[in-house]
Amino acid sequence: MANEKILEGLKAYNAAVEKTLAKSPERTNLEVNRLYTPLDIEGFDYETNLGFPGSYPFTRGVQPTMYRGRFWTMRMYAGFATAAESNKRYRLLLERGGSGLSCAFDLPTQIGYDSDDPIAEGEVGKVGVAIDSLEDMEVLFDQIPLGKVSTSMTINAPAAILLAMYIAVAEKQGVPASQLNGTIQNDILKEYSSRGTYIFPPAPSMRLITNIFEYCSQNVPRWNSISISGYHIREAGATAAQEIAFTIADGIAYVEAALKAGMDIDDFAGSLSFFWNAHNNVLEEVAKFRASRRVWSKLMKERFGAKKPKSQMLRVHTQTAGSMLTAQQPDNNVVRVALQTAAAVMGGTQSLHTNSKDEALALPSEASVTVALRTQQIVAEESGLADVVDPLGGSYYVEALTDKIEAECWDYIKKIDDLGGAPVAIEKGYIQREIQESAYKWQMQVEKGERVIVGVNKYVDKKEVPPKDLLRVDASVGEGQKKRLAALRAKRDNAAVDAALDALEEGAKDEKVNLMPLILTAVKAYATEGEICKRLRKVFGEYKAISTL
Amino acid sequence: MDIVKGVLGRSRLAAAKGITAVENEYPEATGIMQALYPHTGRAYILGITGPPGAGKSTLTDKLAKEYRKRGKSVGIIAVDPTSPYSGGAILGDRIRMMDIAMDEGVFIRSMATRGSLGGLSQKTADAVKVLDAFGCDIIIIETVGVGQSEVDIVKTADTTMVVLVPGLGDDIQAIKAGILEIGDLFTINKADREGVEKLHIEIEMMLELSGSKGWRPPINRTVASESEGVLEVIDSIEAHAKYLKESNELKARRAESIKTELLAMIAERIRRHINKTVTETRDFEKTIVRLQQREIDPYSIADDILDKILK
Amino acid sequence: MAEKRIRVLVAKPGLDGHDRGAKVVARALRDAGFEVIYTGIRLTPEQIVETALQEDVNVVALSLLSGAHNTLFPEVTKLLKAKGLNDVLVVGGGVIPDADIPGLKEAGIADIYTPGTPTSKIIEFIKGNVK
Repeated sequence: MANEKILEGLKAYNAAVEKTLAKSPERTNLEVNRLYTPLDIEGFDYETNLGFPGSYPFTRGVQPTMYRGRFWTMRMYAGFATAAESNKRYRLLLERGGSGLSCAFDLPTQIGYDSDDPIAEGEVGKVGVAIDSLEDMEVLFDQIPLGKVSTSMTINAPAAILLAMYIAVAEKQGVPASQLNGTIQNDILKEYSSRGTYIFPPAPSMRLITNIFEYCSQNVPRWNSISISGYHIREAGATAAQEIAFTIADGIAYVEAALKAGMDIDDFAGSLSFFWNAHNNVLEEVAKFRASRRVWSKLMKERFGAKKPKSQMLRVHTQTAGSMLTAQQPDNNVVRVALQTAAAVMGGTQSLHTNSKDEALALPSEASVTVALRTQQIVAEESGLADVVDPLGGSYYVEALTDKIEAECWDYIKKIDDLGGAPVAIEKGYIQREIQESAYKWQMQVEKGERVIVGVNKYVDKKEVPPKDLLRVDASVGEGQKKRLAALRAKRDNAAVDAALDALEEGAKDEKVNLMPLILTAVKAYATEGEICKRLRKVFGEYKAISTL
Repeated sequence: MDIVKGVLGRSRLAAAKGITAVENEYPEATGIMQALYPHTGRAYILGITGPPGAGKSTLTDKLAKEYRKRGKSVGIIAVDPTSPYSGGAILGDRIRMMDIAMDEGVFIRSMATRGSLGGLSQKTADAVKVLDAFGCDIIIIETVGVGQSEVDIVKTADTTMVVLVPGLGDDIQAIKAGILEIGDLFTINKADREGVEKLHIEIEMMLELSGSKGWRPPINRTVASESEGVLEVIDSIEAHAKYLKESNELKARRAESIKTELLAMIAERIRRHINKTVTETRDFEKTIVRLQQREIDPYSIADDILDKILK
Repeated sequence: MAEKRIRVLVAKPGLDGHDRGAKVVARALRDAGFEVIYTGIRLTPEQIVETALQEDVNVVALSLLSGAHNTLFPEVTKLLKAKGLNDVLVVGGGVIPDADIPGLKEAGIADIYTPGTPTSKIIEFIKGNVK
């Protein structure tokens, strides 16, 4: 059908709509057009816009067959209390069909404090597992074959230390570093803009990151040395387009840092991976995934001259949106997570964590985490969504939305480039302010009822009974960790620890030194994470946030 | 609670309550200030101003730390604008100073402009006096240099420092005029950024044009977040303090500032008096109606009312 | 006394860096005409209380998502009392299970806000209960 004909038809349709509207008006606050037609994707060119799965610009997915070969990695994020307790949960998840591990660390671990540091009071083992030394890491992966599973670790500022511990545990299991599979988040920029678990100022943080890139490319080649994360940016309130735009801008900064450190683009670009949020608006999310792949591949090919296809691929881990879970009527969350899962799968994710229904109230219980995993399995095995590659490709709406999100993304990238790149934009508070603005807008829409959240501002159950069986982290975890630390400090070779820490401190002073081997030595001597970070804090200093309100 | 006794006895709670009394114009505020006045005039007052995002809070934090190292106690008054729409304000300057907040020798207070023009500088001046009587050796007033009221506030300082950053472009142009006259020293913060030389030359040129006599404002460069250049800034502050003292200008400045304050106070009292005795009378309402109907003219009425008040 | 404004310290104790809620609340309070002192993330109870004292706030609003509320919220109220700040209204929000609420109220947290609470409710409570 030629465009003129469609236009004619559209006019007739609109006339008919006017009559309908007179009788029954539409809902207000609708953000999208009523109907999408070929007119909305004028200039659409299959070759340049989509291409084929597994090839540039990767709009339709990074692998040729996608889930027809193998499903995405069902990777459940878990970790709480002690290493022993988390180890039990990991083994349960693997036994129930989970295909990868994902470690959540508690806040003291994420910010480089030992469990016995006064600042850790009340936080030990709360949002993740407490890891103080290699000893804890050995317990965490006890009886888990590190040569076979792939492990993702949500760790950023002290990523080098936790990676070193992982390598050391593997070595004790007889698995060489070259065989290890997994990811460390290692994305400090979004910590400054959105998540808050930073330690050091940007410059030394970027150095640690490039140290890891370099070390991994030589010694742990199958490891994803960074997971450039939009997840937390979205959780902080960003829109879909902002999520991918700010994250890709961070990605540009990491690429530029590695290039500046003398690396070749095709030596490390393939080990960069991304992390998206799967939010509630299913089709917008699918479009977001597709747009992000297109933007990244263009950037890598055209701006950075990457030649290997793997360097041009945006491979992504996804987590369903924690901030969309409601404390009210928590059973509804199961449905939300199912829809978010559908979005991630139709969007072509490489791995997925599904949240549990009780996470607006507490960490997931064993029963609820099982339902969350089963949700993925149902989508994979029963829904048919995984049977066709990029099933929504060619939908007028999804293609138009993909184009729109891509355009918004490029606009932001240009703005951030003009400001001097993501680190400067963050330093100036630009990215934080954009996110805050969206977060506030969202909140006000919810409060005015312009945006409905079932069970919260509509269909409220006044007689709701709070759920039982929530997971509670035993308050004694902190005490237990303190005792373990005291025992460790008494039995290890403290002279070896001091020597390793001294060497690390010296190395930190010289920007040219790669700190990974020095950290590995310290970790193997059972230096604690807090001790290592203390030395690095001494040399690097600490980051202080700016006010962006 | 006896606020005066508390402030003089170095009670932090009393100092905080004293500032609140002044800020909220509590009835007891005048009494408090009367009692504290003899105990003021000892602190050295530093005004810091500059455009938003110049790093004033960070610089204030670093200066305070350095003064603490030298055994001086420090008071900080951080002024932020009130939202003209809601009357509320977000006061976020402390965020850069949280690690000195626990220092016994530091007292930080955030104040919102609350939309009052003349009143604000009086309140800030009184808050400074409370901290002066409380025993702070150095008091830093930090404010965004965007409007006349902020300029008025920092004018009460002994030394006024203007903080600028490279690459802000138009912002500097916009505040250039006001800044020229009040800056005793200039600091280019974030001096590791591009455009430092250009900004430096611009400031030099402005200073040339203004043809300063006696004191030539020095231009320092800092990277406050890295503590770079902070010592040089303190040297410049001290040099200025020394200059003020030796040239007798400190006395003159303070006399000028006392005079301004006194005149403002009198004006404020007259304004209040007029509000009470003139505007709140029934006659006044009638007068307005007659004026509106052009039965009389405001020029004669103003003279009449003034005559009555002055009698 | 025409110029009195309600002053609120919005603070995040503990190590948790999720400040979306705290920032949204800070802005909503500002838009409701309050003066909000925002101090960022990762504060100790001591820092919060010393700030409340110097700023002479009427309200301390705590936000915490890490689950450390049972340790850190009561520590704040205890220290406030120890410093003689008896008139300060303390409220708290975050991922807080219902089971913890009675204990927190007992410890002097006047009101607790769990996920999904509209900011208008917080504003109303402060207006109605500030001393």
